[in-house]
Amino acid sequence: MADDKSNAAAYWSANVRLITGCLIVWALVSYGCAILLRPLLAGIPVGGTDLGFWFAQQGSILTFIGIIFFYAWKMNRLDKKFDLGE
Amino acid sequence: MSQFAINLLFVGASFALYIGIAIWARAGSTKDFYVAGGGVHPITNGMATAADWMSAASFISMAGLLASGGYANSTFLMGWTGGYVILAMLLAPYLRKFGKFTVPDFIGDRFYSNTARLVAVICLIVASITYVIGQMTGAGVAFSRFLEVSNTWGIWIAAFIVFLYAVFGGMKGITYTQVAQYIVLIIAYTIPAVFISLELTGNPIPGLGLFSTHTESGVPLLAKLDDVINALGFRDYTADVDNKLNMVLFTMSLMVGTAGLPHVIIRFFTVPKVADARWSAGWALVFIALLYLTAPAVGSMARLNLMTTVYPDMAGQVENYDEAATNPILYEDRPEWVRTWEETGLITYTDKNDDGRIQVYNDSSEAFADTAEQRGWEGSELNVNNDILVLANPEIANLPSWVIGLIAAGGIAAALSTAAGLLLAISSAVSHDLIKTMINPRITEKGEMLAARISMAGAILLATYLGLNPPGFAAQTVALAFGIAGASLFPVLMMGIFSKRMNNVGAVAGMLSGLVATLLYIFTYLGWFFIPGTNTLANTPDNWILGISPLSFGAVGAMINFAVAFSVSSVTKEPPQEIQDLVESVRYPKGAGMAVDH
Repeated sequence: MADDKSNAAAYWSANVRLITGCLIVWALVSYGCAILLRPLLAGIPVGGTDLGFWFAQQGSILTFIGIIFFYAWKMNRLDKKFDLGE
Repeated sequence: MSQFAINLLFVGASFALYIGIAIWARAGSTKDFYVAGGGVHPITNGMATAADWMSAASFISMAGLLASGGYANSTFLMGWTGGYVILAMLLAPYLRKFGKFTVPDFIGDRFYSNTARLVAVICLIVASITYVIGQMTGAGVAFSRFLEVSNTWGIWIAAFIVFLYAVFGGMKGITYTQVAQYIVLIIAYTIPAVFISLELTGNPIPGLGLFSTHTESGVPLLAKLDDVINALGFRDYTADVDNKLNMVLFTMSLMVGTAGLPHVIIRFFTVPKVADARWSAGWALVFIALLYLTAPAVGSMARLNLMTTVYPDMAGQVENYDEAATNPILYEDRPEWVRTWEETGLITYTDKNDDGRIQVYNDSSEAFADTAEQRGWEGSELNVNNDILVLANPEIANLPSWVIGLIAAGGIAAALSTAAGLLLAISSAVSHDLIKTMINPRITEKGEMLAARISMAGAILLATYLGLNPPGFAAQTVALAFGIAGASLFPVLMMGIFSKRMNNVGAVAGMLSGLVATLLYIFTYLGWFFIPGTNTLANTPDNWILGISPLSFGAVGAMINFAVAFSVSSVTKEPPQEIQDLVESVRYPKGAGMAVDH
């Protein structure tokens, strides 16, 4: 029972760490590159405008898809590793 | 065949398809009604979620807002997709494991309190009705154009059809109908965009065309658009915004709202396994992205097409924009689509300087006032409602009439599927969570259905009445609904999973403070209970606290919700052991089992 508990706790903290990492990337592309850091990226031209504009209209969406699939893949492996899957 | 007949044919055929699928699927299994058998593949479920999710706001309204706002309105793109990231990581898998069917169910059980359940029902109803107002606005635009009636009639007809559609009921619950709706919707959205992108840039993929070269002038498309609208006194399409705080908060409101809206969350209960709930969110976003990556191209290209329709000399121009600007078309030479949209009242023309021509420019810009005066302009003369842009787009680009019929079908599918989904969420909250669970557990099934229908009818009437004078364009009204859901429901759902310490009192206090703060802020600027003319302060940036628009306040409301919930919870009694065990159990997929019946 004690083992079960510590195993479960380790699984949960691994999950929380993974979520935190993913959320950092999530915030970086949307709030970062697309909004707050746009002036810094203004020098990088993309098709008639700048990189920040691209992130705001397309780049962030593509990154979001990547994040979700990465998280799902990673979690399914964690489920197996900690033997907590279905 | 007349355009009217073609529209009727496409809309009729798409409805026949949905009904046909509904009957076919129902014959297969009646249990599928709510649960969809618990055997829906994540990709199928993702597609159905996308149809449920993309409403009139995404389909009809968003590209119009992008066209008018340019970069500043990228918030809609990021906000309505980024929410899936938090949904996939912070809510979906755990709520799937929990295994009940409504959001108030989870909140009521997790916070072991019927008060919490009641407050969750109230939050859900307020957010959903606001959302339906936006749908009615959008559906009204679609119906008015396609049946060639006034906008007001369009809204009433839409209300009637939504009611039939929602009462017919099961259709919404059947995943395959939604898959069909998604396919109709995405084809209808993409085909005109591909044509237009080819016409303007030679690139068949609109998302890439947006960043390609404008064929006629040889300048990058976005630079071209900047030049054209600049010559008419508008800010650059790609211009950065000054108020970054508001932009960040607005994006965040839409994101947390996505994760707090009941009709989206419910979809994740229908997949067989917890792992599938994770994949499903990803697939939903892929299908949503197909539209969302096209939308910015639709917006910018439509804006350019609109401007070069009014000022034909602008199209091939590389530098002489000022001269081109002095030669707008004559009103009597206006294209057919302007005439047809004028009948709906959504395009209006007033010849302010009596020269018989159409001038469109930014007449609220002080910097541009001198130039306008020199050109003999006395105000912008053509008023085009943002919400018509996507529907008018094929006409603006002179596409064949079947494309126009297709887009009418797509727009109506988008509005109806979401409105029906929300009405079901409202009626199940009233009949199941409120009446059956709390007031009268022994209510008959018949009584429950009656309560569901009455609440549905009430919600439609209210939303239609408010939709006649909406607090904004369809997408803006919907954004308010997201703010409300994000400020009230999302934080407690998240804390219910991630904090074992969060107790009943904290959750109730959090939801109430988030909801009340957000509503107060919205009503102050947009009218009490959205009744036009009752606002306390004018809805202008000068009046907003710290420049935060009412659309963006949901993120602040969510922060208030978190803060209040944590403080109240830390000074009150911790949750009983069995609740802490419940929280523990939703965190691990093991033992999830099949989705249970409602």
